[in-house]
Amino acid sequence: MPATDRAGTRGDVVHLTPALAEADRLMTVCNACRYCEGLCAVFPAMEMRRAFPDGDLNYLAHLCHACGACYYDCQFAPPHEFDVNVPKIFAIVRAESYSAYAWPRAFAPLFERNGLVIASAAALSVAAFIAAFVAWHDPAVLFGVHKGPGAFYRLMPHGAMAALFGAAFLYAIAAIAMGARMFWRDSAGARGPRAGAAEFWRAITDTCTLRYLDGGGVGCFNDDERPRDARRLHHHLTFYGFMLCFAATCVATLYHYGLGRQAPYAWYDLPVVLGTVGGLGLLIGPIGLLAAKWRRDPALADEPRYDMDAAFIAMLFLASLSGLALLLLRETAAMGFLLALHLGVVFGFFVTLPYGRFVHGIYRFLALVRYATERRAFEDAGEIDATPTISTGQGGTRP
Amino acid sequence: MGQVTQKYDVLVVGGGNAALCAAISARRAGASVLVLEAAPKFYRGGNTRHTRNMRCAHDAATDTLSGPYPEDEFWDDLSRVTEGHTDEALARLMISQSKEILDWMPQQGVRFQPSLGGTLSLGRTNSFFLGGGRAMLNTLYRTAESLRVAIQYEAEVIDLELDAGMFLSATVRRGEERSTVRAATLVAAAGGFEANIEWLKTYWGEAADNFLIRGSPYNRGTLLRLLLDRGVGEIGDPTQCHAVAIDARAPRFDGGIITRLDCVIFGIVVNKHAQRFYDEGEDIWPKRYAIWGRLVAAQPDQIAYMVFDASVLTLFMPSLYPPVQAASMRELAEKLGLDPAALETTVGRFNAAVRPGTFDHSILDDCRTDGIDPPKSHWARRIERAPFYAYPVRPGITFTYLGTRVNREARMLMRDGRPAANMFAAGEIMAGNVLGRGYAAGIGMTIGSVFGRIAGREAAAHARN
Repeated sequence: MPATDRAGTRGDVVHLTPALAEADRLMTVCNACRYCEGLCAVFPAMEMRRAFPDGDLNYLAHLCHACGACYYDCQFAPPHEFDVNVPKIFAIVRAESYSAYAWPRAFAPLFERNGLVIASAAALSVAAFIAAFVAWHDPAVLFGVHKGPGAFYRLMPHGAMAALFGAAFLYAIAAIAMGARMFWRDSAGARGPRAGAAEFWRAITDTCTLRYLDGGGVGCFNDDERPRDARRLHHHLTFYGFMLCFAATCVATLYHYGLGRQAPYAWYDLPVVLGTVGGLGLLIGPIGLLAAKWRRDPALADEPRYDMDAAFIAMLFLASLSGLALLLLRETAAMGFLLALHLGVVFGFFVTLPYGRFVHGIYRFLALVRYATERRAFEDAGEIDATPTISTGQGGTRP
Repeated sequence: MGQVTQKYDVLVVGGGNAALCAAISARRAGASVLVLEAAPKFYRGGNTRHTRNMRCAHDAATDTLSGPYPEDEFWDDLSRVTEGHTDEALARLMISQSKEILDWMPQQGVRFQPSLGGTLSLGRTNSFFLGGGRAMLNTLYRTAESLRVAIQYEAEVIDLELDAGMFLSATVRRGEERSTVRAATLVAAAGGFEANIEWLKTYWGEAADNFLIRGSPYNRGTLLRLLLDRGVGEIGDPTQCHAVAIDARAPRFDGGIITRLDCVIFGIVVNKHAQRFYDEGEDIWPKRYAIWGRLVAAQPDQIAYMVFDASVLTLFMPSLYPPVQAASMRELAEKLGLDPAALETTVGRFNAAVRPGTFDHSILDDCRTDGIDPPKSHWARRIERAPFYAYPVRPGITFTYLGTRVNREARMLMRDGRPAANMFAAGEIMAGNVLGRGYAAGIGMTIGSVFGRIAGREAAAHARN
């Protein structure tokens, strides 16, 4: 009999990566403790299981919002020999899962050196827009002053713009959907109880309020053991800023096709107001998130993937900055260049959407749907306080 | 001897719940306070790190408590678990003041939550700390820091200067450095001596080498020893400690609550000779939980094995270490290092003695054995469905009962019964006054918070005079 096995290690389960093996060990330790049950969704979901195959670990990792509370609350965190650091391991598992679920499979390596990939994609598409504007027109058109309805389309016909961005957007949607499908199946969502409208609604509200990015009510931890982190605010600014910009694009599309009104629109018109307000959110939010990333306690950070997060945040920031600059300077000679810059950044953003940090939102939402569904099944069974019953996907129903 | 530091109104020795409650309470009463914690920052707080709830009386249900827990019921519970080994006046004072603690702790920032999964039985009586004991402790430290309580880590008090029950100064070791701290009053809140193996050996002999200590390695009882040696009155049976059976693979110190195994009733327990030695079905939790540490301590080499089969594997909380598993009882014995023939015989005789019944682990059911000694009075079912499992277990020491005698002001009483002039005690170091024997979940935190708060208040009042 070994005197001291490494706590929580099971000899009988093989995992795809060392991070997943460590996540299994941690969940085994945590499942024997359960002190963090009230902090977020991860630990109640863990308690519904006795074994942790890879799919379930990916699900639990995406339920984790990296609020940090369980690390500072844990009596077994390092330097304790049990070495329990759930936020860090789950950050690694999440990052690995992005490439594991990438579609098509051949693009999975794009998650490696992701910052370089995204930066190159953005630079290339900006260069392509500038080159195309110049190639199709006299360079004088690029640096000319264009005003009034249809000014942008003198540089690029609306049909071409709509077709190009529509294609990029549809591709992104399709690739993300394929990844989401793989995640859902792998995390046993397909085998588990069916999600109904109520569970989707619960997941939507949990997502929109960032219910689990609050350290269990006291606020998130990021720099140290004091819960004074503002990531929730900055994430809200980023998320709602993005949604407002998206809404601005949708309204403008309606104006164009429905009302026959061509951009650019006056500063007080709805697409511009939505885009400006959203754009401001997309300036402040990403700065806050990036600053939090810099300040993050190294004990919690998945540093090798730092560039993936930074690249995504930077792209959001640049899309907003170039859009607002375009708004301010659209009646000057800088308009042509700024349009190419803005379109290039946005195009680069869309085509890399399935291969960057954006996908965290999709997987996390699906994890919340699954959690809401499991909770319901659990409550229906009237066993909320008994030993959990759930199909683990690895050995059938447990009493 | 190093430099003499600034003189404080209140010196708090210790860094757990009792110490912090005392420090905050004294500081809020206007005193200047220094806290000396012997452990490094991560391990600050002694056994408080491993706690998860406290037991407070209350007259009505709250957001987090499912129903009332009147003072009289609390007293009944306490007198039952201690079998009368309690000072009724002090205990009733503590119970009465525990009601205020339910409001006082949240005022210091501590957050409660409903009882954790699998602890429904405590949902009415015990308030659970959101995030557990370390989360609660971190909150108390943040509050103390914001009140400008001075806190030093890795600062062990190694000597006391007393004059006829009057505290004068403490000698503090920080690494190689020695310094003297003077203060108008002393609050001793430095826990018991359960991590001091040499001290345990004076009562338990070499057997203590096989004990595992569930909490902090810093609970060495240095301050308790100093106080008792300098004339402070003693309370509690020095030979006794709270011990449960925990996984033998747990670390020597600080394995905390997660090394517990509560599956005694689902199988049989054998010693290193593969012999049963006690009725595994005698009683229901929590009593059965608390006796097995002592039972295992009395076995050769202080080791035992909880043996069960596949039919019950998922009926109890998942364990930190997986059980040892084998396809046959013979193979299990080999993996455990037991005599295979002896284990087969023991299990065979047990199985033959099992009488038919209706198994229900939530009550004292009618599944029992007939014709073996010791019997298994309840939950006895044949161990026959492979694979077979076992957990090796050893005594896990939670806390010790020896402490300093105190009065209603948490003021220490000297051996001759006189109150100490300016010395107070709170927490495990004086728990023996109200908890002379046994245990009830969450009561250690109640003792710490109530007497910590009193000690801080009284010390501040004394320092002002």
